[in-house]
Amino acid sequence: MAVNFTLNGKPVSADVDPETPLLWVIRDTFRLTGTKFGCGIAQCGACTVHLNGLTRRSCVTPVSQVGGGTVTTIEGLDGPEAKAIQDAWVDIDVPQCGFCQSGQVMSAIALLREIPKPSDENINQAMGGNICRCATYVRIRKAIHNAADTLASTAEG
Amino acid sequence: MKRILFTLAGTVLLATIAGLALETASAADAPAESLKAPAAFESIKDKDARSVALFEEMGKVFTHPRCSNCHPRGDSPRQGMAMHIHQPPVVRGAGGMGAPGMRCSTCHGKENMPFVTGEGSIPGNPAWRLAPAEQGWVGKSLAQICQQLKDPERSHMTLAELQKHNASDGLVGWGWHPGKGRQPAPGSQTLFGELTQAWIDTGARCPQ
Amino acid sequence: MTDLTRTMAAADVPDDLAIHNVSGNGVSRRGFLIGSAAAAATLMVGVYLPGKARAASAGMDPAFAPNAFVRVATDSTVTVIIKHIEFGQGPATGLSTLVADEMDADWSQIHAELAPANTAKYVNSLFGVQGTGGSTAMANSYSQMRKAGAAARTVLVQAAANRWQVEPGEITVSKGVIRHTASGQQTTFGEVASDAARLEVPQQPTLKTPDQFTLIGTDVPKLDSRPKSTGEQRFTQDLYPDNLVVATIVHPPRFGATVASVNDSKARKIAGVIAVRTVPMGVAVYAENTYAALRGRAAVEVQWNAANAETRSTVEMEKTYSEAAKKPGLNARNDGDVEQSLASADTVIEAEYFFPFLAHAPMETLDAVIQFKDGKVTAWAGTQIQTLDMGALAGVFGVDKANVTLYTEYAGGSFGRRAQPGGDFMAEAAMVTKALGSDRPVKLMWTRENDIQGGRYRPLAVHRLRGGIDKNGNITGWDQQIAVQSFMKGTAFESAMIKDGIDSSAVEGSRELPYAIANLRVGQHLMDNGVPTLWWRSVEHTHNAYANETFLDQLLEKAGKDPVDGRLALLGDSHPRYRGVLEEVAAMAGKAGPVPAGRERGVALHKSFNTYVAQIAEVSDNGNGEPRVNRIWCAVDCGVPVNPNVIRAQMEGGIGFGIGAVLYDAITLSDGGHVEQTNFDRYRSLRIHEMPDIEVSVIRSTEAPTGVGEPGTPPSGPAIANAWRRLTGHSVHRLPLVPVTA
Repeated sequence: MAVNFTLNGKPVSADVDPETPLLWVIRDTFRLTGTKFGCGIAQCGACTVHLNGLTRRSCVTPVSQVGGGTVTTIEGLDGPEAKAIQDAWVDIDVPQCGFCQSGQVMSAIALLREIPKPSDENINQAMGGNICRCATYVRIRKAIHNAADTLASTAEG
Repeated sequence: MKRILFTLAGTVLLATIAGLALETASAADAPAESLKAPAAFESIKDKDARSVALFEEMGKVFTHPRCSNCHPRGDSPRQGMAMHIHQPPVVRGAGGMGAPGMRCSTCHGKENMPFVTGEGSIPGNPAWRLAPAEQGWVGKSLAQICQQLKDPERSHMTLAELQKHNASDGLVGWGWHPGKGRQPAPGSQTLFGELTQAWIDTGARCPQ
Repeated sequence: MTDLTRTMAAADVPDDLAIHNVSGNGVSRRGFLIGSAAAAATLMVGVYLPGKARAASAGMDPAFAPNAFVRVATDSTVTVIIKHIEFGQGPATGLSTLVADEMDADWSQIHAELAPANTAKYVNSLFGVQGTGGSTAMANSYSQMRKAGAAARTVLVQAAANRWQVEPGEITVSKGVIRHTASGQQTTFGEVASDAARLEVPQQPTLKTPDQFTLIGTDVPKLDSRPKSTGEQRFTQDLYPDNLVVATIVHPPRFGATVASVNDSKARKIAGVIAVRTVPMGVAVYAENTYAALRGRAAVEVQWNAANAETRSTVEMEKTYSEAAKKPGLNARNDGDVEQSLASADTVIEAEYFFPFLAHAPMETLDAVIQFKDGKVTAWAGTQIQTLDMGALAGVFGVDKANVTLYTEYAGGSFGRRAQPGGDFMAEAAMVTKALGSDRPVKLMWTRENDIQGGRYRPLAVHRLRGGIDKNGNITGWDQQIAVQSFMKGTAFESAMIKDGIDSSAVEGSRELPYAIANLRVGQHLMDNGVPTLWWRSVEHTHNAYANETFLDQLLEKAGKDPVDGRLALLGDSHPRYRGVLEEVAAMAGKAGPVPAGRERGVALHKSFNTYVAQIAEVSDNGNGEPRVNRIWCAVDCGVPVNPNVIRAQMEGGIGFGIGAVLYDAITLSDGGHVEQTNFDRYRSLRIHEMPDIEVSVIRSTEAPTGVGEPGTPPSGPAIANAWRRLTGHSVHRLPLVPVTA
């Protein structure tokens, strides 16, 4: 059975078992490999995508539930928050092994889109579901604050 | 490497998935506790006492982890029969739907989604969210729970609306159909609705 | 899959991935390259750094390749070949910095590639095999990479001198530009690269003196931060060669059990499942896609033979270890007369410590892609000891090593897990590939459950410590009995690591205790255990440092001494680098002002892998009677700090990794020997809200550089525990600090 949805701005159709987790449709069918498998039970956040603009763990999302919806993966990011976050990530060298960072970046962007100037508490709440075994958390926090500052100064300028 | 071996009576173990501790799953799969029907309380002559007894029977549902895990005091839902703090960490957020970037809907879908890599499932329901903070009752006595249910300031419901909530709300109903590996709430939602009605009909008395 | 999806997927492959395509035949998807054997022969595929990779990598012959580590392309891109696997500790950036500095290259022209397996070229001089571990990347490459860069520079300068008919000594190089100031001529590496390729390469080029460094010692931006922030970085999990078979595996439910029988009828009915095969370490399920492979894995019914299985619970193991540690073991160190000193001490303190098994749980589960075709083996994996993994591949397929090609992929973390003395994961992946009996490439991917329950843990350990204090508050006796299993026995490392019965790993950090205690004994009890174990970030320093530094802290407190001054007094004048980091960290915490109400501070000092680290932790109660680590100050002396930014990052990460384990983690076995944890829900990882603020000071040392990947971890646990004891009066002798709940 084909499931139709929008992936990174383009209409797509996946002829797969409707129970297939979105993660494996993204990776196996569409070969977008920035979205990672980390735990399979929504504990680590490595598989985070945006579904209709909100964060979603693709490893526990049957693709059937996405039908008609809009999915954005790290490969399809666009907009000022995405640029600010990714530039901030590079600027202070957040990644170590890098495997979780797609998910971290997706969560951070979703946060900034709702809360342009997040507090430490906002960051804890939004990012608490994204595990980084390298423990790059100090820099993740700083990069989010830096990105927020960049967005604010861009808006003022 | 030399190993210290302990002799097993039977050397064969049946497992469907590598190394999963099946004991845990079977414990959680235990059949639901029973719930008495209102008729069982008709022998109590005193109407107030009958009402209290009916509420105490309903209390088996209120305090069952399947229901109270989403009626926490404070901001963190609980999980499992041991009612441990939800992992990953989540907070109540606006409308009990979670925080920006980490809403309930980040993980929970319209229905349970079985894990592909191991036992269990992630629970789901179209209305998945926390009960309002004023309806948090983990650790409270039945008397306290009863008082706050009857207080419209906190329950945001009339007694009639409460009966409907208990008898037919979809998210409440999930508690009796939580999926494989989770012990359902006691009895059935129908029975719970009948008990609630009988409690209201007997004056909605609270335990002391 | 519909035509639409195919079109979309192909169109979405970014241009810069095309470098891996094979002569435009379109077989490659998402940068996977292995269309043919010919492709593998001409392409360097071990690494993938988008953008910068374009020039010097695949398909384009480097104009100038003076040695195994440096290649210069005609567009001046300098490709540095990294013999150490990159999984976050920064060798790609750090080793490239050494080359770039000696070449006087501009950092923007530098590109890193991970070396393929080739022991002759890329041996770790400290191990004798190609491999990464023990925080040795910088230590064993420092001179080698600088020489490689200096040799390249010498030849490039000579080529320019020849062209201009001037003396090489009159030429300067800065930021990749070669200049002859007198004649006003200038050129680039790329322009003279072809000429340089015809000149002789000096074997002993002149190296810079430290005052001439331009990049070493600076915060050079990491080469892989961009692709790791955009999802472009490729890992083994991301390899999708054409005709790929995805494999999953069911392991025995206890260590040492074997397959008795398999009912695969349900699994084989699942659409997409190709086959189910029994292999020595379990049952493999093969499928056309990952979802089918995972469903098949869940549907296989296996009966296991547990006759040779380890069936003890961890509670039983602890009892056995505890009994052993009550008696003196084999002495790893024995100064003075410990028994006499304790007998005559004014005060004797005793403590028994329990350390659990710990899983590494790298974010990317173990995986590999292997193809066996026409008698040749090609493998791609985050291989950490390439030489041994090559051996495993050759052994399983029964081919000569000359017919094995192993590419090192970027790996999603390791913490020791990917460094396997027996090459056991690579052997498993090879056996799984071989059992299919096909020439299709097979990707074996472990689930997180395979990982958490898959063994190779940090060993369980029990320590018994006794310490004696005299009337004047001097520590006069120290007896430490360590019961732990050896993971060196029976491996390629046994002869190097076990001498006279002492496993130097088991007692590391305890045998070398730097404090002046006249009567000091460290006894070792090597325990038998059927649970396979392995080095885990900083290896046995994890439990040894915890026992040493918490017990010492208790003794100092009992003796009425300040934890910093007390340690300094015991160090005396003979340990300047220990003193240096301890004084530095005390000054850092001092500058932060008095301890806020409701918090306490604890200190710990430890050297591992020749790097000295001192930490002070500030800890409070999180409201649930559990520790909340608010701040950590860290001072590190790792010799010449090649890239202070990377060093700070490794201290931050090492501390976070240590805190997570010390606070929350244990692998426990129930009665019968079943691992009770399956995934991150019960094997917790530190999360962002549990991460302290961290301030790192890097000592400006001129000693030879040493590693930083591991040494940040050992002091974090004892520093926290010491703070917690001061806050609550509770000495934690059983880890984790937060008891594991069911």
